[in-house]
Order: sequence, then C-alpha cells, then structure tokens
Amino acid sequence: MYHSTQTLNDTIVALATPPGTGAIGVIRLSGMDAIRIANTVFHGKDLAQQASHTVHFGTIRNGEQLLDEVLVTLFIAPKSYTGEDVVEVSCHGSTYIIQQVIHLLLQKGARLAQPGEFTLRAFLNGRMDLSQAEAVADLIAAESESAHTVAMQQMRGGFANEIKRLREDLIHFASMIELELDFGEEDVTFANRDDLRQLIMKIRHIIYNLIISFQLGNVIKNGVSTVIAGRPNAGKSTLLNALLNEERAIVSDIAGTTRDTIEEVLNIKGVQFRLIDTAGIREAQDQIEAIGVQKTMEKIQQSALLIYVFDIIKTPPEAVHQDISKLLHPGIQLLVVANKMDLNPYTKWEHYAAAPITQDNFVPISAINQMNIEFLKEKLYEAALSGKTTLESTIVTNARHYAALQGADERLQAVLQGLEQGITGDFLALDIRRALAYLGEITGEVGVEDLLENIFSRFCIGK
Amino acid sequence: MFPTYDVIVVGAGHAGCEAAVAAANLGSKVLLATMNMQTIAQMSCNPAMGGVAKGQIVREIDALGGYSGMVTDHTMVQFRMLNLSKGPAMWSPRAQSDRMLFAQKWRLMLEAHPNIDFWQEMVVGLSVKGGRVTGVRTGMGLEIPAKSVVLTNGTFLNGIIHIGEKQFGGGRAGEKAATGITEQLIQLGFEAGRMKTGTPPRVDGRSLDYSRMEVQPGDENPGKFSYTNTPKLTRQLPCHITYTSQEVHDLLKEGFDRSPMFNGRIQGLGPRYCPSIEDKINRFADKERHQLFVEPEGWDTVEIYVNGFSTSLPEDVQYKALRKVPGFENAKMFRPGYAIEYDFFPPTQLQLSLETHLVKNLFFAGQINGTTGYEEAASQGLVAGINAYQAINDLEPFILKRSEAYIGVLIDDLVNKGTKEPYRMFTSRAEYRILLRQDNADVRLTPLAHELGIRGTDARIERVHTKVAAAQAIEKYFAETSVAPDDINGFLESKGSAPIRQKVKLDGILLRPNIDLADLRQVLPGLQQFLQQYDVEYAQLAEINMKYEGYIRREQEMVDKMNRLEEVRLLENFDYSKLNSLSAEAREKLNKIKPRTIGQASRISGVTPADVSVLLVHLGR
Repeated sequence: MYHSTQTLNDTIVALATPPGTGAIGVIRLSGMDAIRIANTVFHGKDLAQQASHTVHFGTIRNGEQLLDEVLVTLFIAPKSYTGEDVVEVSCHGSTYIIQQVIHLLLQKGARLAQPGEFTLRAFLNGRMDLSQAEAVADLIAAESESAHTVAMQQMRGGFANEIKRLREDLIHFASMIELELDFGEEDVTFANRDDLRQLIMKIRHIIYNLIISFQLGNVIKNGVSTVIAGRPNAGKSTLLNALLNEERAIVSDIAGTTRDTIEEVLNIKGVQFRLIDTAGIREAQDQIEAIGVQKTMEKIQQSALLIYVFDIIKTPPEAVHQDISKLLHPGIQLLVVANKMDLNPYTKWEHYAAAPITQDNFVPISAINQMNIEFLKEKLYEAALSGKTTLESTIVTNARHYAALQGADERLQAVLQGLEQGITGDFLALDIRRALAYLGEITGEVGVEDLLENIFSRFCIGK
Repeated sequence: MFPTYDVIVVGAGHAGCEAAVAAANLGSKVLLATMNMQTIAQMSCNPAMGGVAKGQIVREIDALGGYSGMVTDHTMVQFRMLNLSKGPAMWSPRAQSDRMLFAQKWRLMLEAHPNIDFWQEMVVGLSVKGGRVTGVRTGMGLEIPAKSVVLTNGTFLNGIIHIGEKQFGGGRAGEKAATGITEQLIQLGFEAGRMKTGTPPRVDGRSLDYSRMEVQPGDENPGKFSYTNTPKLTRQLPCHITYTSQEVHDLLKEGFDRSPMFNGRIQGLGPRYCPSIEDKINRFADKERHQLFVEPEGWDTVEIYVNGFSTSLPEDVQYKALRKVPGFENAKMFRPGYAIEYDFFPPTQLQLSLETHLVKNLFFAGQINGTTGYEEAASQGLVAGINAYQAINDLEPFILKRSEAYIGVLIDDLVNKGTKEPYRMFTSRAEYRILLRQDNADVRLTPLAHELGIRGTDARIERVHTKVAAAQAIEKYFAETSVAPDDINGFLESKGSAPIRQKVKLDGILLRPNIDLADLRQVLPGLQQFLQQYDVEYAQLAEINMKYEGYIRREQEMVDKMNRLEEVRLLENFDYSKLNSLSAEAREKLNKIKPRTIGQASRISGVTPADVSVLLVHLGR
C-alpha cells in the first residue's frame, strides 16, 4: 500500500553519468526548487539571474568547505529534458566528490530520484515524444531491474536480516497500537508504553549502528579522512613520507580531489586513508597565523581520524595535553604519535598519561628512521574500524537506504517524543506508520494488511 | 403493469434502502424489490449501529444525504462515544437500536418518498441485452423493465443455514434463500465465491440475573449520528457485560464433533474479527474467558442479544453452555445462534462506481461484494444508488478518494485488492485517518453531495458553511487574543504545565499537552463569553484544528502529494497485455481491474512502482 510516492512538486537529484570514477561526473537537479537549491551551494554568479542554456564556472561549498570547482549548466522550464527547471553540475568524477555534492544537495532540500524518474517527469510534462515511449519504458524497466538486482545484492547477509527483524519488531509495535485503537472496546491488553519505549530505543540503536556502518561503508569506498596535526617541526611531513614511502606502488592522487582537502591516499589492508597534512599549530602570533590555525581546526572537524604528532624532546606533556584538548572534538578518533623516540628510547606513555591519552592510542615512533611505522599502521587500521561495526557485519552503502534509515530514525524519535508527552495512540501510529513506510522502501511493501494480519493471528478479537 | 424504472434495487436491507433513497433523492424513479416487505431494513445480526470506524461511516452516510444516521437517531436506546480517551480521529459513535423501531422507521421514511415504489417478490434473474442490463425477472415470471439495476442480495444468494448437523436453505433464520441470480451471473462470465458469517443466540431477558453482570450504561450526555435536527436521547437502556469460563468452554468443546465449522461442512471463509465462540476457544486455547455483551433488542421487548457468543454448534450444546455463564443460569433461549453460507462476487469485478465491468448499468452493493456490517453495506448502497443515477444520465461517476472518506477507502480496497474473508472497516485501513473524523464528515462530504444535487442537502450545506465560518472565527480569536500570567498561571500549575512569564496568545496555551478547550473556558471568563455564541460542535472543530494543526497539516501534505497521481487518468479499455515492459502479474491485474487513475493502479497488489512508471510513460496512447 505504501508505494513510495512519486510526486512532481519536489526537486529530485541524481548522478546523470554512469556510476564509478570517470573524468567528469554530471549531477542533475530537476524541479521547481532546482535553481534555488543549486544557488545555496554554488559560489559564482547568482544562478537565479542567469538565462536558460548558459554555463557558469564556480565552486561548490558546504559552508566554508570547498568541495569542488564545477561548471553549472542551466535549463529553465519548460525548455529542459524534464520540462522543469534543471541544473546540471559537472564536477570532477571522483566517487567521493560526487557523493559529497549529492549529499549536500539532499541536505538543502532535494530528494534522491527514483530509477527513471527524470524520464517520468519528462513524459508527464509533455517533453517526451510518444514515438520514444516504448523504448523509454523498456529502459525504465531495465533500469529498475538492475537497481533491483543491486538492491538484492545489498540485501544479502546481515543487512537483510537486520532490516527484517526491525520491521517485524515495528509491525508488532504498530499492531499493538492499532489493536488499542480499533478494538479498545474489547477485552484486549493495551500496549505497555514502557515496553514500547524500550522497543523503540532498541530499534533506534540498531538503526544507529546501520547508519554508522554506512559511514564505514563509505570508509571502505571513499577512505578515512585523516588529519595529521602538530606543532611546527614536530615531524608531520616526515611522518607522511614515512607512511607513504613503503606503499608507493599503491599510492595515487585522486584526480581532481587534491585541491585543499585531500592530499595523499594510503591503503592499509584494503582500507583507504586520505591523509591531510596541516600547517603547524602553535599559539597564534598574528592574525594570518590565527587564520591558518582556524583552517586546521576546520579540517579536523570534518575528519574521522586525528594523528597528533609531537616532538618528545621539545614538547612537554602539559603542552601535549593543551594541544590535544584544543584539537579534539567529539566523534573523532585520536592517535597520539610521539616522534623522535630514537632521541629518547625510554619515553613511556605513562609520562603523558591523562585523558584522552591511553596506552592504546599512544604510538612512539621515529619517522626519520622508519621506526615503528608498521605498528602505527596497525593502529591506524584499528582506529578506523574501532567503535564501528566490523567489516563482516552489516554495511549500508546505498544512499537510498541510508536516507530511508534516517527517515525511519527521525519518525521513531518523534514517537519517543510523543510517548514522553503522553500523546494518544492514533498520533503515535501516524509516526510509526511513516517509519514503517521508510523501512518498507528498503524491504519492499509494508501495508496495513501486515498490521491486521498480525492482530488477527495474535489476538482474540471480535464480539 | 410496470413503467420502465430508472433504477431497480433488488433487496431492502441496509444497502438496498440507502441505494433506493440516494437514487430517488437525485430524481430517479426507483423500484425497491424485496422478498418480504415485513423485513425491510431488518437488522439481521446485532441491534447496533456504529462503533470504531463504522460510526465514522454512518456520519459520512449522513453527510452525503443518506438516511441511516437519522433512522438510528430516532430509534436508538443507548448512545456511547467510543475511544474518547484517544485522539479526535478515534472518537467513534455507537448506538444500541430498537430492532423493530429501526426497521419501522426506515420503512416509513421510504414510503414517504414519492420516487420510490415497492414490489414484494423474489427476483430470480436479470434481463441483459447487448451487455447492458434492461430489467429484472421475478419468480412469478414477470419482467420489470429498468435502465439500471442495483443488486443488494445480502446473505440470501443460495444461502444455507447451519445449526450443528442440521442444515437448510435460507437467507436469514425463518426466511428462504434466493436462487437463480448467481447461476445467471456465472453464465454471463462473473466469478462467484462463498462466504460464511454467523450470529449468536437470542434469549429471554426475564430469565437473566443482571446482578451477576457488570452494567454498561450509555453516555451521560448522549450524542447522535445525524447532522440534521434529529431528537436527542433523554433516557437510555443499559447493556451488561459478563464472561465465559473454562466450564463453558469445556461444554462447548463437547459439541465440536457436531460443529459444521470443524467437520468440514462449512466451506466459506468467515471473518476473523467476528469469530464464533467455538473459533475463539479453538484458536486461543490459553484464554480462560471471553467477554460477552448482553444487549437489549429494544425499549419494550424482553428479547436479548448475546453479543460475543456467535455459534453454529447444535442448539442443545449452545443452551447447556450458555447456562453456565454468570447471570444466565436460568436463561431461556428464544432463537439459537447459527452460521450462514452465501454467494458473493469478488469485488475486483467492479469499477470504483460499483458498476460491474461485465454488464453496463448493473451495480452491486453490500454483502454480495464480500463485506460485512450494516454500515459498510449501507455506504456501498448509497454510492451505488448515486452512480446508477449518474450512469443512466451520462454523468461522471461519483467516486470518493481514500483521503476524503472511509467510504472511499472501503470501495478502493474492495475493487483493487478484493477480499478473501468478509471485509470490515477498521481505522487502520485508512492511511489518512487523522483527516477522516466523525466530527468533520459534513465538512468533508456535504459539499460533494450538494454539488451532485441530492435532495435535502440545501439546509445541510448552510449548516456546514456556518460551522466552518464559526471555527475560523474561533481560531482567529485564539490567534489574536493574549492571556496575562496572573489570569492563567494558577490553572497551568494545577495541570502540571509550566507557568508563563509574559502575555501569551491563547493558541499557544491550547497547544500544550493536557490543556483543552473545556478547561480554558472555565478559567477564562472572557473566552467563555466569546464562545457562548457558538455551538459546542463548532468550537470543537476549531479546537481540533488548532490543537492538532501539525499532524493535520502533515497528513494533508501526504494527501496533496498522492493526489497528483490520483488525477492522472488511464484509458478505460486499454489492453495492458501489449505493454511488454510491464511485469506479467501487472499486465494481468491491470487488464482485470482496469484502474481509472495512476493512483488507483499503484494500489493494485502486484503492481510495482516500476510498473507505474511504465504506465505513466504510455499514457495518452
């Protein structure tokens, strides 16, 4: 019953070129808000003021963060493929960049297009020549079939089971509420609100893990953004070289991604690390330096892993703690690298012991002598996977699934809020149904029949 | 002997009566044909109208100019608003009716209509020429000509009644079955099926000991169903509640080997949500007792309806077991419970107008479509009656959307999904139930009825306009009027709600949990004075609009999205088997159901979103 509703009054976005790394990726936005949405992330000319069928150079930014330099092509309704306002963003063809740009556009209010939806809109808006219809229809069928195959592949193993279990739990929950609503007059047990709350929290926990694993999925696909920070001359660049030296063969620049954010790529046991070198940090002496420090901080904010490097001779423990407390933010993994241990082999982690430094994240090395670099790599690998689901378990990589999980989570949060406020079952059910619909986008159909089916099989109903 | 009628309605139950009235009120000349004029509008099962989801349907029927609500208001012995502890979408009116008065009132209202004629005889067949119905044939061999026919045969088509090992033909206890129609329809190409339902024993109220039961009184301030000026109840009869026990279950089990349910004699599928007592015991063996509702059949009669004890066990087993129920120790039985099997026609053979795909101007309504319940039947009758008029006058069919009415949900489900067991409405079947409330059925639907030109809706539409304007004025007052901390903080604290620091608009206060309009009226004299000019019902609509504004808006947004697809029409006689891009299942289903719109196509089971995309691409061909 809950087919994902295709509508024409929102703005859709998708990659228009084939997926995978190519020289250029074209991201297409279509809908009445296409230009407005593009304008919120495009830095260059005001797109709202430009004529149809024009191309504009500029940058895509997420706040201050530069994502890419791009060319933007404008098609103003009705003179476009879909008959709606269309903006095509040609960016560099890295999977990472494309994903970032699409995510950004989703954040700004666009919706991920369904398979064939651009063509669908083209047809609905009268842009499609009827003689093309048969061919296009076949294309859509094929497209959704391949999407289906991909989805099925993704559904193998843990993911399918997790979602299936989630859905069953939620259907049970929903049935209990519906039971109260439709059969409240009869001799039925009411849903225990505390149990319901716990059930929802449990479900949210699993969804949370799946969402985290999505980030891990991205880690595997796109690499772990890793910032190397430390005071000037602590040995950051030497460390970078030491890490990369042995792996020269598998190090490569990602075309079009080197500007500003990604410097080098390191592969450890199949996990890619995008290493970002930063300017040295110290107490800012002047305004220009303050800006540099500010930039470093921003990069750290956007990263998953922080390697803090210090010189064991020059930097006393208090200064180390000071630096780290300045750099650290919640959600980032930390490795503390004590460099130049060749100059004092007796350096022990205990000298620096104080949260957040532990034996586990303290790595003494000598970058220049390549000492302990293998150990550091091991630590990097561990850090990338720690706190997240292991590789073998469920990984969500499909952005559509990710969006559905987030939608479900949002609705479940609303249910929890509702429980907190003591709102009645009919309003709780509204959000539960939406959550079920979101999960249904992943598993297939979820209809009210499921709820009634569950009620009839479990409860003695009827006068 | 007969003129050519515009509409012949076959059967005078809830569906037939509403169908006759709807067509007649649009101006059609109607003949109501029934096997027995003494049983017009007979409540075959429990003497009650409404209930959760069903009460909303009765309100909708009333809003559309049907008579069920009025008849109920005139003849009820008890009224309760169910689910009051839940949100406003769940509030559901339910009435206990006086069974005899109910049927009498209906008959008198039908007789008062100049456009309705009556004929008492069994209809045994249809006249069909060139794929179009042209009248009916009766048992005496009469042919009555008509431009359209509405079949509302209920449980009468080849009905078989079961009590234990006894079985006999009949459409209702003491009434014979109808034959001929099913056979002819099958010959015409219709697919038929078999369903089963049941009813409990009736007992002598003088033989019951009510002191051993719980009392269930009516509401202190009883409401009603109709939006018109029907009378309000001034006195009410109570119902009672009692329970079965292990002992009762054991006695019933002794008769299981003679039960037609368990020995395979009944083949039709019964409703799971209205199970027989033997079914309850069998399927939920661990449940120690089941609730029974002891309901009066009317003001004056001593007959009592034992709701919850539906059974087709042998009458001696029914009797013995019943006597072990607290309060029933000396019970005398008037009529045993029984099960009945009857023919139905899977409703996927219908259009959303309830006209059959196979025969033009032929309509089905009620249990013949596989539904159960007076309310479900009556609402289909109303829609079929309207559409019979529309069809013979070459007008667009009248179709309610799922977002407009429970009636829309009901018919959309039937036509697109079909049903295997008797279909009953539940609120959970409606995806937009926050919008489909009993308090706003008139606002939702009366304008549609008025636009159709249904007689008697002029005064109703006036009232709707007044109601909407009043609600708007009240909402405006709440948005513009501030309240000072001193005037409200004492009250807020008593409700456990945070006090205010500065003047706050009234609508902000109303939005808080645990705060309702009735309370605010008590503590704010200015508000009380302002609201005195308005009907309580109008103030309630304003309150719901304000208090649940966020939820209502979200539902409305979902509706608006969906409606885009509801407006994309599909060609009526398109051959979907030509579209190779569709899945095989979709091709078959689409050819069978022939959806009117893309929205409808998307709800047919087996039609995937990819199929829908393919359809959209092929539109207009």
